[in-house]
Amino acid sequence: MIGAMTARVGLSAAGIRHGYQGLSVLDGIDLSVPAGQVTVLVGPSGCGKSTMLGILGGLIRPDAGTVAITGTPAEDCLNPLTYVFQDFALLPWRSVEGNVALVLEHTEMPAAARAQRVAEVLELTGLSDFATAWPRQLSGGMRQRVGIARALAVRPAVLLMDEPLSALDAQTRDLLLEEFVRMIAATGLTTVYVTHNLGEATRLGQQIVVLGRRPGRVRQILTIDRPLAERLPGDDDLARVEAELWTLLRADALAAERELVHD
Amino acid sequence: MTDVPFRATGFAPRRVAWASVATLLGLLALWQAAASLGWLRTEFLSSPLLIGRALAALIQSGELWQHLAASLQRLAIGWTVGTVAGLAVGLALGLFTLARSPGMAVVSALFPIPKIALVPLFIIWFGIGEGSKIVTLAFGVFFPTVINTMAGVDGVPRGLIRMAQSFGVPYGAIVRKIVLPGAAPAILSGFRITTSTAIILLVAAEMIGADRGIGAFVLQAGNLYDTDNLLAGIVVLSSIGLTIAWLLGQLERRLLSWRGP
Repeated sequence: MIGAMTARVGLSAAGIRHGYQGLSVLDGIDLSVPAGQVTVLVGPSGCGKSTMLGILGGLIRPDAGTVAITGTPAEDCLNPLTYVFQDFALLPWRSVEGNVALVLEHTEMPAAARAQRVAEVLELTGLSDFATAWPRQLSGGMRQRVGIARALAVRPAVLLMDEPLSALDAQTRDLLLEEFVRMIAATGLTTVYVTHNLGEATRLGQQIVVLGRRPGRVRQILTIDRPLAERLPGDDDLARVEAELWTLLRADALAAERELVHD
Repeated sequence: MTDVPFRATGFAPRRVAWASVATLLGLLALWQAAASLGWLRTEFLSSPLLIGRALAALIQSGELWQHLAASLQRLAIGWTVGTVAGLAVGLALGLFTLARSPGMAVVSALFPIPKIALVPLFIIWFGIGEGSKIVTLAFGVFFPTVINTMAGVDGVPRGLIRMAQSFGVPYGAIVRKIVLPGAAPAILSGFRITTSTAIILLVAAEMIGADRGIGAFVLQAGNLYDTDNLLAGIVVLSSIGLTIAWLLGQLERRLLSWRGP
């Protein structure tokens, strides 16, 4: 089974501060990512939620603060903190299976086991028939499935998903979201999920962290206890949480939208 | 009621393969006709038939192979040396902060020098023989290769490198599996530039001090007012260029097949 369910790994971030060129983006974030749960980071554009995700997984060095892993990853875990990227980050010169194999090639896994692992995750994500296809031949949704397959191949302890659906069209988004729900519910993977889509937030989030606009601070943390499998479309409680989130975010989102972009 | 007129015509030239061939053949025929009818003097421009005859004679006597072999050998060695060195330095400039600014300063300072102007200096250093010619070629190929390689490395999406790092892929493997393939299109299109640069420098170097080689042959024919052989030599040079371009095209098709048609 993918993503050893016995592994109980969480993250704990304390006093995270970060800025770009004198502009403070994150200002004193304390965040606890509980093991086996989905933590969603929501916030207006430019609030630093993707920066926070980068810090949690060690891709961005914060100006101040620390991130710690709680618990011990399972023995077969090859890469405890594993990302799924918004733009998929597939190598265009490698086939689907080549892209998945990339993340196993430097490990001590023997070639036969590696091929088996690749086949297994492609099967799980419905990509078996596309194993030898080039990324350019795939739709956006299929490309992100490759991203998911690649992440699952290393038996992660924590899945860090950076707006994984925002580059996709609305229908594909809905389809893939349901697949995420099934995958996360089945594996019990600790997940941190960054999105600006409040529907995704309430569909997936067990802990929803609302970040305010610059300087980014934690404005509120909402929790939804209902198990993922029992969250149905059109659910009144979820709609209420979504409305509450929008109330929290609306003014910030409006302000963010009316601001010049600093690149 | 009136029909909506179609307004989006033009600005979409198509390729018509037979038209290219027909144009070239037509020009050759015109040239030959002008020569045969006495409209132009063949001692100044020769004619396709005379050039063909000169080529045939060169092939039969074996003289062509002597010159061709000398030229191709210089070309192969000089281009390879310049390319290997250029790739190594370009990669270093693309990857390492420590190499970048000092390296770029040197490259920017030396790149604009017309390499032909350095041939006399190289002759003083390396003698009139093969050494100075190969160094001239290598030197001319080196700089564009450095610049193309560095630009290619710069053009590799950082997101792909971050992805690999996030999965713990080691540095060397990232260079081999991401940086090099990502830079390959820029490097290969650089090869098109450096091979034609190399041919130019080859001919120039052979004209300065060589008794064998296509460049030397063309110069000798010119000194003798022998335009048949002169132009035969130029046909050979152009064939070398076309053949190399075709080989590079094949290489690109093989290495960059992932880009699709």
